[in-house]
This record gives sequence, structure tokens and C-alpha cells, in this order.
Amino acid sequence: MTVETPAARRAPDAAPRGPRPRRARQVQDTPVDRVFMAGVYLLLCTFLLVVLVPLANIVASSLSSPAAVSGGRVFLWPVDFTLIGYEAVLTNRAILVGFGNSLFYAGVGTVVSVALTVMIAYPLSRSDLVGRRVLIGGVLFSMLFSGGLIPTYMVVRALGLLDTRWAIILPSAIAAWQVLIAMTYFRTSIPGELYEAAQLDGASDLRFLWSVVLPLSKPLLAVIALMYGIGQWNSYFSALIYLRSEELYPLQLVLRDILIVNNSGGTNLADQLAAEQMADLMKFSLIVVSTVPVLLVYPFVARHFTKGVMLGSVKG
Amino acid sequence: MTAAAAERTAARRRRTRRRSLRRHWQLYLLLVLPVAYFVIFQYIPMANNVIAFKDYNVVDGIWGSPWAGLDHFERFFANPVAWDLIRNTLLLSLYGFLAGFPIPVILALALNEVRARFFKRTVQMVTYAPHFISTVIVVSMLILIFSPRIGFMSDLLGFFGMSQNLLADPGAFRSVYVWSDVWQTAGYSAIIYMAALAGIDPSLYEAARLDGANRLRKIWHVDLPGIAPTVVVVMILSVGSIMAVGFEKAFLLQNPLNLSTSEIIATYTYKVGLLSADFSLATAVGLFNSAINLILLLAVNTVSKRVTGNGLW
Repeated sequence: MTVETPAARRAPDAAPRGPRPRRARQVQDTPVDRVFMAGVYLLLCTFLLVVLVPLANIVASSLSSPAAVSGGRVFLWPVDFTLIGYEAVLTNRAILVGFGNSLFYAGVGTVVSVALTVMIAYPLSRSDLVGRRVLIGGVLFSMLFSGGLIPTYMVVRALGLLDTRWAIILPSAIAAWQVLIAMTYFRTSIPGELYEAAQLDGASDLRFLWSVVLPLSKPLLAVIALMYGIGQWNSYFSALIYLRSEELYPLQLVLRDILIVNNSGGTNLADQLAAEQMADLMKFSLIVVSTVPVLLVYPFVARHFTKGVMLGSVKG
Repeated sequence: MTAAAAERTAARRRRTRRRSLRRHWQLYLLLVLPVAYFVIFQYIPMANNVIAFKDYNVVDGIWGSPWAGLDHFERFFANPVAWDLIRNTLLLSLYGFLAGFPIPVILALALNEVRARFFKRTVQMVTYAPHFISTVIVVSMLILIFSPRIGFMSDLLGFFGMSQNLLADPGAFRSVYVWSDVWQTAGYSAIIYMAALAGIDPSLYEAARLDGANRLRKIWHVDLPGIAPTVVVVMILSVGSIMAVGFEKAFLLQNPLNLSTSEIIATYTYKVGLLSADFSLATAVGLFNSAINLILLLAVNTVSKRVTGNGLW
């Protein structure tokens, strides 16, 4: 069943590419305007530099020699270029295990979360659902008032999930915000005529959801999958509370131990200095390695994320 | 309408409902798992808050433990630390609000003036990026670039005659926390204002041009009023979360030297509850925090609705 609808194609576009540049040109520039525009460009360039300089410094340091890094001699360009920092990171067992675990949590977590979100958002988007308002109220209230750390911990403990992989995936499986985004999308982008047509053809609700709604909702699914995936990849809090075994640690918790708590393992006293310098360098390389997966998908998803924010802003 | 007619309408409504249930049973089937999720992981924890009013012990369980009334709340407020925690939490989020709120608006207004497509896209792409970096990484970056031995920022601070080890300085904790947050989120938060700016009626710009308005006046009289409703909604949301300062970043930025300003309610709850296993006290503190939050949100929403006509609902 291939149905092309104008509504589906009208799916909210990224705002930055609106017709505004043309509109701005309609206002004629006076000398005051020219000074003003110079100020605008200056401001934006400052923004750009403030964001870029720390990032560039981290990357440059990660490619420098341990001695140069420890001596604080690196600014924006690698000093004594070498890749040993990366070599050390990529041969560290704890880091590799953490990397694998995070891939698992992000992968499985995203599938579970997207499935559950669609399962609640689609019925809630149907106005003929009995009890719809009560359920939406329930979702909204959970945004306003959360159970809190200890009460949630007690539930996880009572279910026997402590120190299992499920403790990372289940307690944060559904984000109320994503439910609202998905619900709004289904309501506004799936035309009612399609549903009527499917009814006449004798399609069941599940069949309609699977063969019509979901294929028309690919942009939405991409957005919420990426939001859940990146959220899961970046989080360390549930792992900190619920996990004890290091074998289950996600990358972020391993990173915290190495980068912040400074738990770089036993060092040989003989070459303490070299080890310390190496540990400094490793931190920079580690930052780059663990951020690369997110930054790799980033250019592809940036546009979708913009859409996601728009979708969320459609209603409140 | 007679009583009989009313009775008939009610009966018909009941019948339609029953028919809808039978016909759309698949929709209700879909709802089973997500609703179970909300009950188990959102609503049962809310009910578990009852232990804030009990002397919880594992043997008797949540419902069997003896009642304690407001003991745990009194115990919390009797502790001089309580007021420090509340002050730290409030100051941190107020500072974050004052610094973090206007900057995305300014960024969006500035980007909106730029005509060069390439420059505009570049600024957008670059300033969104930090949003996707994890808290652990941002804090690690701070520790590294402010490290007196390695970091380039400490050289810069030294040049201006400021304290060289910012992260160990309780007086600097809030600034470090807030400005690194601005660094991370300003670009992304600007998106929503960009969207609002894109939705402004073009005829308003036309009118401004005919009236001979320059760019500044155009921003003041067209752009700002155009995004005002969005600004108000974002503002309500941020005031509503003023007591909900995130645990994640404050906890990571904490060290023994800056605890006097970096200990906030969220980190205290974690330490009392999970490290000292005083579940009832931690729950009481957490409940107090959520309650204040909810009240603030409702209050700001009511005021805003009355004053500006915009609200969340």
C-alpha cells in the first residue's frame, strides 16, 4: 500500500532554511545598520571561537606527545605528533568493555524505547480511544512530578533488577516528552481519510499502524530513535546507582573512573613520571574516542534534531 | 431534557463505549506494556514517597514500617546543612537562569540577521554540537583545560590575575557550572527561537520597511514581539525546574575543596540515601524538593497566564 499524501510531505521543515534571507534583504541598510551588522558578525564569530577553541585544544592534545601534553605546551596544533595516546586507549580492556556495553545499551535501549513510545503514542493520538484524556493526563503528570531517586531505586531493587543490564534500560524506557512529540506527529501528519479508507478495506488497527502509519512516520521514528540513542550513550546516572559489577559498566562510567575520579590503575614506581605523562595524554585521546560515535552521526542527524525540536514546539 | 431522555443518552454513550472497546481491542492491547511501564516506574515510585513519613526498615517493608509523621522533615531542617543546601540549589539555578536564558535569544536574533547562508549554517552546526557531548566528557574537558599544569585556560586566567585553580575554588564553582552549561546548550536552545522567528508574518517586515525602520528597530518592534509567546513558555519551564538542578554535573564537578558551594539537594539526597542508606530522610528531602518545584511551576504559570495571556495549558 503506497499512499503519498501532501500532509506527510508537509512534515515540518527545518526552520533555518526558511525564506527569511530574502525577506531580510527587503529592509534597506542605513549606515547605522552597517555598524550594527558588523556587531552581529563580531558576536557570532566570538560564539564560534568560544565553542571551537576548547574542542580544538582537546583534539590537538590527543595527537601530541605525552611530554608536551604534561608540560602544558599544546594549544591548537599538535606538538610532536604521535598516535600513542590512541594506541593506549584502544588497547585498554576496561575501555573496550565499556564501549561494547554502551553499544548494547544504546542499541537495545533504543529499540525498546521506540517500540514502547509508538505503542502508547499511537493509541493516544486516536480521538476514538476511550479513556484517552485520563491517560494523557497520567503522562503529563509524570513530567511535572517525579517519584524521586530513592523511591525509584526501591522499585528497581524489589524487581530484582539491581546489577543487571535491565536496570539501565527499563527504568528510563519511556520519556514523556517523546510520547508527546510522537502523539502530535501522528495526529497532525496522518490524514483521517487514510484511516477511513483502511477501515473500508477491513484493515485492523494493528495492520493500519504497521502498514500505513509507521511507513509515513519515518522522520519521526528517526528523531525519537536518535534522541533515545544519544541519551542512552551519554548517560551515566542509572549505571552509577544500579550497577556494581564493572563488567556491566557503560563507557561513561568507565570514563568517569578514569577521567574524573583519577583511578588510572596501579603504576610501576620505576617510571612513574612517564606513566603520569601517559595518563594525561590518554585522557585527551579518551575524550576524542568516546565522543566520535556521537559526532559521526551528528551531521546526518542535526537536521532531524532541528525537526524534533520543532515537532515538540508545535504544541506548547 | 427529561430524566428519561437523559437516561437514554447515557445508555447510548455506554453502548458506544462498549462497542469501541470491542472493535478497537488492538489499540488497548498496544497500551498494556507502556501503561505497565508508567505504573511500575513512575507511579509506584510516587506512592513509595510515603516512606518519607515512616521509619522505613527493610524487614517491615514500605507499608509495614511504623509511621514517623514529620520527623524526617524536622530532622532535615534542624540540620544547619539544610539551609546551605537550599541556598546552594537556589543560587545555582537562579544564576543559570539569568545567564542561560537571554543568550540563546540573542544568538537566534543575531543569526536571523545574517544573510550569508554558508556562515549561518556553519555557526548553527558548530554551536549545536556541544549539546551532544556527554556530561562526563564536558566535566573532564573542564578539569583538563582548567588544570593549572596542563590546561590552556589556567594560563589565560593567570594572565588576567585570577585564581589559577578554578575547580578547587568554592567561589568559582557556580560560574564554572553555569558558563560551561551555556557553552554546551546555548546553540541548541536557540533552535526553538529560530523556529518562532521563521513563523513571523512577512507583511510585518514590509510594514517596518515602509515606516523606515532600521534593523535594530525592526528587531525591537517585530522580532521580539513575534517570539514573545515562545520566550514566555520557555521561561515558565525553566522557572518550574529551578529546584531541579541536575544531579549529574554538580556531582561530577564536586571535590572536597568546593563542597561548600557545590553540595546541592540532589547530590545530598544521593549521599544520604544510597551511601548512608537513610532511605526515609533522603526521600523526605527529595519530596520536599519536588513539591517546591511543582508549586513554583503552577505559580509561575498562573501569573503568566494572568499577565501575558500565555501559559503551558
